[in-house]
Amino acid sequence: MKETPQIEVLGTGCATCRKLHEITQKAADELWLGVSVAYVTDVQRIIAMGLMQSPVLAINGKPVLVGFTPDIEKIKKIIQAHI
Amino acid sequence: MGILQVFADWLTYSVLGIAHDSLLAGAVDFFIFDTLKIVILLSVIIFSVSVIRSFLPPEKIRTILSHKNTYTGNVVASLLGIITPFCSCSAIPLFLGFVQAGVPLGTTFSFLVASPMINEVALVLLLGMFGWKIAALYIVSGLGIAIVAGVVLDRMKVEDLVEPFVYQNTISGSVAMPEMSWEERFAYAREYTLDIVKNVWLYVVIGIGVGAWIHGYVPADFLARYAGSGTWYAVPLAVLIGIPLYSNAAGVIPLVSALTEKGVAMGTTLAFMMAVTALSLPEFMILKKVMKPRLIMIFAGVVGTGILFTGYLFNWML
Repeated sequence: MKETPQIEVLGTGCATCRKLHEITQKAADELWLGVSVAYVTDVQRIIAMGLMQSPVLAINGKPVLVGFTPDIEKIKKIIQAHI
Repeated sequence: MGILQVFADWLTYSVLGIAHDSLLAGAVDFFIFDTLKIVILLSVIIFSVSVIRSFLPPEKIRTILSHKNTYTGNVVASLLGIITPFCSCSAIPLFLGFVQAGVPLGTTFSFLVASPMINEVALVLLLGMFGWKIAALYIVSGLGIAIVAGVVLDRMKVEDLVEPFVYQNTISGSVAMPEMSWEERFAYAREYTLDIVKNVWLYVVIGIGVGAWIHGYVPADFLARYAGSGTWYAVPLAVLIGIPLYSNAAGVIPLVSALTEKGVAMGTTLAFMMAVTALSLPEFMILKKVMKPRLIMIFAGVVGTGILFTGYLFNWML
């Protein structure tokens, strides 16, 4: 069995960031991943990844989506491509 | 635009059956025409800017800026601020990301001023409601304020007014951003445009609606006595009123365009719109995480002075 992927949404607590977290959790549930998507508000983590926009979707510590919130189908595709 | 006017006329006179030359007809025609025009302009321009932006994310801009000296840095930072969207949720990561990568504080401030002040939504509305000359005037004076404010803050050596933790971390080098195909760039632009239009259309409709009412019913020059170029306190008053209105920039501009028609001086109008976009109370609250209140006051003071100067200058010139 594959290792459980670590999915995180990093944001500053703004509405767009919360929305991305919500949609990502829903996408993960619909893909039957059985993971809980973490919501990280430590801005320094975003900076440490070399990024400067929020929100960020990171899978296993790697940023895969930066600065905007797409629809759920696109997020599912991104998750599937990176786990 | 010709087809739009024909369509607006047809809706007003044939479909709604409003009598020609009535005040109501004027207001309704104006409302339909302007709403359609702004929504079309918003979609086209935001889409185009988003495609350009997909090539120049802030992370790349930082790499460019960390290699520039002070003055060039301020100019380039202000120019790049135009294409960067500014959501106050990105204010902190932008600030930390720039400063910790060694971009000078003054250059960072130039970017922080230009990015929200010269944003695509404000530009579309200025272009649609005031025409290209006023839109160009706004861009040029906005750039001027951003550059000068950055240089002034740089000279003031305000580094000690930044929260100490900011300088405790440094980051270096470039970062591997997720690579984008053309298809993804267009998808990003489409999603971003839809998102913005969804967020602002109601404000635009309300702003144009109230504007149309003023256009049709308020007598011309009604406001000239209170807010014409001869009234010295109109500019500072306009700036003060503009500070808390940030989130409503989309609704404010059509409204202001109608007020200008009724006698508010152009410099006062420009100063008001700059205060709405560049001096934002919620953004100042957020910036408290990374800078001391005194620095926020200095920042607001420098930018505010620039806006006042611009307002008086254009009231005098135009």
